[in-house]
Amino acid sequence: MKPQALRGRPDWRALTVGIGLIAIAAIIERDAGQQTITATYGMGPAAMPHVVSVMLAVLGIGHLITAFLGGLPVPDEGDPIAVGWIALGLASLLGCIAFGGGFILATTLLFALTARAFGRRALFADLAIGLALGVAIHLLFAKILTLSLPAGPIERLF
Amino acid sequence: MDALASLAHGFAVALEPTKLMFAAIGVLLGTAVGVLPGIGPALTVALLLPVTFKLDPTGSLIMFAGIYYGGMYGGSTTAILINAPGESASVATAIEGNKMAKAGRGGPALATAAIGSFVAGTIATAGLAFLAPWLVQIAVNFGPWDYFGLMVLAFVTVSATFGDSPLRGLTSLTMGLALGLIGIDKLTGQSRLTFGVPELLDGVEVTTLAVGLFAVGEALFVASRFKHDPEEVVPIRGSLWMTKEDWKRSWGPWLRGTLYGFPIGALPAGGAEIPTFLSYVTERKLSKHPEEFGQGAIEGVAGPEAANNASAAGTLVPLLTLGLPTSATAAIMLAGFQQYGLNPGPLLFAENPGLVWGLVASLFIANAMLLVLNLPLIGLWVRLLAIPQPWLYAGILVFAAMGTVAAKPSVVEIGMLFVFGFIGLLMRRWDYPIAPMVVGLILGPMAEAQLRRSLQLSLGDPMVFLENPGSATLLGIAALCLIAPFVMRNLNRFKASED
Repeated sequence: MKPQALRGRPDWRALTVGIGLIAIAAIIERDAGQQTITATYGMGPAAMPHVVSVMLAVLGIGHLITAFLGGLPVPDEGDPIAVGWIALGLASLLGCIAFGGGFILATTLLFALTARAFGRRALFADLAIGLALGVAIHLLFAKILTLSLPAGPIERLF
Repeated sequence: MDALASLAHGFAVALEPTKLMFAAIGVLLGTAVGVLPGIGPALTVALLLPVTFKLDPTGSLIMFAGIYYGGMYGGSTTAILINAPGESASVATAIEGNKMAKAGRGGPALATAAIGSFVAGTIATAGLAFLAPWLVQIAVNFGPWDYFGLMVLAFVTVSATFGDSPLRGLTSLTMGLALGLIGIDKLTGQSRLTFGVPELLDGVEVTTLAVGLFAVGEALFVASRFKHDPEEVVPIRGSLWMTKEDWKRSWGPWLRGTLYGFPIGALPAGGAEIPTFLSYVTERKLSKHPEEFGQGAIEGVAGPEAANNASAAGTLVPLLTLGLPTSATAAIMLAGFQQYGLNPGPLLFAENPGLVWGLVASLFIANAMLLVLNLPLIGLWVRLLAIPQPWLYAGILVFAAMGTVAAKPSVVEIGMLFVFGFIGLLMRRWDYPIAPMVVGLILGPMAEAQLRRSLQLSLGDPMVFLENPGSATLLGIAALCLIAPFVMRNLNRFKASED
């Protein structure tokens, strides 16, 4: 890790995390306040959320203080495009499961798009490998483990 | 000699052909995932949980334990050959081992790591076998307040005491605790933090969190810096065998490493970083060749590797006897027990001795298998490192998707995987530890149950935790451990200068 952020300007990372933690604490507190069931004796279901939200709020304030005292370690430069390709792969996985595309199609797309994120350009070769992997996993699950994965058009061919 | 009889019984179970097969699959998988950068034993066990749901519990748990041990062996190979410590516990190995490999002594480095792991693993597993019955005797008398105290202690040590930053460690832990709140409260049926989403009523699956943080998060992280930081495999040159001199310089570090690793691993302290680090520092002090340290000293591989493996076995002590996980892998293994309706602890030793002792006995067998797998066959494993990174990570994500979809094929589950993946990326980039979050998710609801049970028994009087000597001591130590990192800044500074 590189040295910490320069002093003088608050560190935006620590500020973001701090505000985020306090927001989550508020959400938990609000949810606990809306509970309808209370315990007859001992601790009710709202007690632990209170504890957790206080801890989160304290840690959030800790982050806000840290933001002005050096901040979080500064990460190395990232590559948002590569991250974007994987995100696209995960999104197509989500889409396939949501709209009945099936597991094999999802696997094919996820494999090819992730390989693209790591610099591969041979899209059709990667699609083929992903397809083969998906079919193999599907057959393993369906025939040997007798577990079912979400089915789509390709799965119905078997 | 109760332990010996139980252990003999355990060997009878573990030597059944099907159990041997599970152990073999486990160590093979474990070594493979240990060697491959980007996946570790925690993730592998998490991915296998849904797949093994219908299999025999004893066999599956033996396989999980084999993966755990195998990951430790395989991890050292990666550390030595590509100087990429998969986990902070292999940092010391990476420093010395990679230098040795570059100097053409990769063979002896791998050999001393493997044999040291075998020696340490065997001694520590024997320690586990003899310590466990004794600890179980004590744990039988534990009240819910004692368990609560233990869990609080584990929370503090896992997140705050030994990390780089108590603030970031505690944040990771508390986020895990918050995720653990989601779902139906088991005591009253009150739904918490479900926001009207029916899929959330069952709570967040440990598998989904672990797969998201470890697999997806790691893939995103490596992709984000792929262009800047390609990894390089050092080919093994020269003899694989250790010379007489190498043996002479290795056996002391192996034993001392074991002595550090097992007790520290067995304490509810979590992590193998401390024993490996202590072992490294000790060996540097004791060595007759201190000038070699930093340039490829064999003691610097032998000691830390032994400490690493011994602490892995030590971690199983609180897991099996108290049901207390102190590392990410142990947390996932606990989820493995729970998927079969088993709860590790004194009761399991009484009710299902065949399973517990079969598991312990299988650890000895796994160790022996791993020695064979890792010494003569090391060349085979090294070839795994030749898999191109694009396919490796694409494959990892496909298996991650498989594990999650097999457990719960719902859009909400995949969505959570997505979100946890990006949280994992941010945590890696901003240097937050990941294990406390997983431990918080699985241990949080257990701690809450013990806390509420205590207060029900004491009719709502919180003084019950201070009136019982056991829980009072544990909570006292936890408080000390929370303050300690602020006092021991020197240790951290020392650590920083090591990198």
